[in-house]
Amino acid sequence: MTRFTTLTSIVAPLIRDNIDTDIIIPSREMKSTGKTGLAAGLFAPWRYTDPAARTPDPNFVFNQPDFVGAEILASGANFGCGSSREHAVWALAEFGIRSVLAESFAPIFYNNCIRGGIAPIVLPKAAINTLAGKSATIDLSMQTINGLHFDIDPEAKNMLLEGLDAIDLTLKHQSAITAWQTNDRSARPWIYLGKPK
Amino acid sequence: MELGRLAEPQTLFDKIWNTHVVADLGRGSSLIAIDRIFLHERTGAVALNSLLSAGRPVVDPSRVFAVMDHIVDTRPGRGDTSMVPGGNAFITDTRSACREAGITLFDVNDPDQGITHVISPELGIILPGCTLVAPDSHTCTQGAFGGLAWGIGSSEAEHAMATGTLRVTKPKSMRVKFSGMLRAGITAKDMILNLLASQGAAGGSGYIVEFAGDAVTLLDMEARMTLCNMATEFAAFSGIIAPDAKTFEYLRGRRFTPDPLPDWSDLQSDQGALFDREITVDASAIEPTVSWGTSPGQSVSLSGTVPDKANPKALDYMGLVAGQAIAGLPINVAFIGSCTNARLSDLRRAAAIVKGRKKANGVIALVVPGSSAVKRAAESEGLDRVFTDAGFEWRMSGCSLCFYAGGESFPPGSRIISSTNRNFEGRQGPGIRTHIASPEVVAASAISGCISAP
Repeated sequence: MTRFTTLTSIVAPLIRDNIDTDIIIPSREMKSTGKTGLAAGLFAPWRYTDPAARTPDPNFVFNQPDFVGAEILASGANFGCGSSREHAVWALAEFGIRSVLAESFAPIFYNNCIRGGIAPIVLPKAAINTLAGKSATIDLSMQTINGLHFDIDPEAKNMLLEGLDAIDLTLKHQSAITAWQTNDRSARPWIYLGKPK
Repeated sequence: MELGRLAEPQTLFDKIWNTHVVADLGRGSSLIAIDRIFLHERTGAVALNSLLSAGRPVVDPSRVFAVMDHIVDTRPGRGDTSMVPGGNAFITDTRSACREAGITLFDVNDPDQGITHVISPELGIILPGCTLVAPDSHTCTQGAFGGLAWGIGSSEAEHAMATGTLRVTKPKSMRVKFSGMLRAGITAKDMILNLLASQGAAGGSGYIVEFAGDAVTLLDMEARMTLCNMATEFAAFSGIIAPDAKTFEYLRGRRFTPDPLPDWSDLQSDQGALFDREITVDASAIEPTVSWGTSPGQSVSLSGTVPDKANPKALDYMGLVAGQAIAGLPINVAFIGSCTNARLSDLRRAAAIVKGRKKANGVIALVVPGSSAVKRAAESEGLDRVFTDAGFEWRMSGCSLCFYAGGESFPPGSRIISSTNRNFEGRQGPGIRTHIASPEVVAASAISGCISAP
């Protein structure tokens, strides 16, 4: 996965609370059992006046000349609520978004961002409003955006900075996992439905 | 326990968390053992395909289950053909990937088929004190059994299948206590919509929420599932309810339930256990509640009006104005279904309202049972006839109209009263105006043709 270190981009404002994953990528835009081909469906109900014909709505932020190519999206509270579909993150990433600024994130979406290399940055409303529409530089290592400090979950920060594959990282704990399961098999045999390997 | 040292009182969540920590990863994160994984065809196929193409095996397929629920046709005589364009591939890919990985699949016409969160308890797959994950946000439903069950993304599902664990940052804990007794006719759906309306759709952000209090303990297992189902609408990590005699009786003798039942009596928050946040709700003040806007937090009493400070975008989408009464809004469609409210008790209560009456002219009314087992049980009681005699459609089990994936929907601007969980813009189709409510309110509204109290 691509490492996330620093990023400079115009901040595209889509300031609204509770933007859900059904709007980010409607279910009808999930047309295959793969992870690609999703960028065209990103925000389809808002981005197009006619989603089927892909007729752009000139009022939508990504259709405005100032924000073409923006890699940072600014929003309100509870961004990414609703369905767990990771397609929302894959669509954002395929479209070119590398960071989302929000007052808060829905928990499943937040974790999906980390796995997909998008930096979810929590900021107060006032800071988001100040940054919206301007150019901003994120330094993840320093936890700053245009010099302003932000908090981020340390595990999330590390995963993004190092571009780590979570499965590879976890498999380094294989001996601990095996030991835990051996112990658990005697404590809770009823959890195990198959024969031990 | 060390001698001479008393154990700190623990929350139910702490107990489950602590017994599942495989390793401390530092940075506030732990490697947590996962006891059960559930997949469905909409997000499971992509996770399985990705895992198998990376050459990573499913470490213990005996503890992974899959079902076809999201985009299966719910009309009688169904096969693999979905009404969703391209949907067929999700079904066939899931079937072949499950076969390759050795995963137990409840296929389209399996007698145990149904919505993930309805069949997992029916089959005794979720158990008290266990950890269960699924790439589906409503996995929190299963917290009603005192297990730690939460929704994840596809990558996390791959991680759980490949390692038997997940890397989890420990959430804070919240207890929501519903004190007092619900008034007659008030349901778990009204309880959760009331909580969302008072605390907001982001009110549970960062927390695992334990639902407690007399009004919760008095709920039957199916109603407890309705309550926990919408913890995700509260932005919570998950919801959980301490298991009790009702829980154990529900699970006893089911297909995957251990026999004899293990001792689960310690699975409750200790006296004096500390929560990061506590909220108390007066259950006796809760009224029938309906959503008016495009977020589940935008809900009011059915007897109330659209708030004066309502979000203009939500009002515009819903075709409403501030101050407008909710009761009496004409509806086009009434839908009873979903993992929130399509279990046998839900259908019984709705049928009691519908019995001997007819749906209003011009209203389309549908019932989609939560599982094939629920459908059979309802039919054995004659509930299907009650609904069809009243002019409702009676369908096969699946997620159906809870969300729109390009298949069935209605003309833009249609107003739907729905026993589901989400009223997002476009959730049930382009331009569709969704009001979420209890099955009783949906049934009463289908009869009168406008949003009505039961």
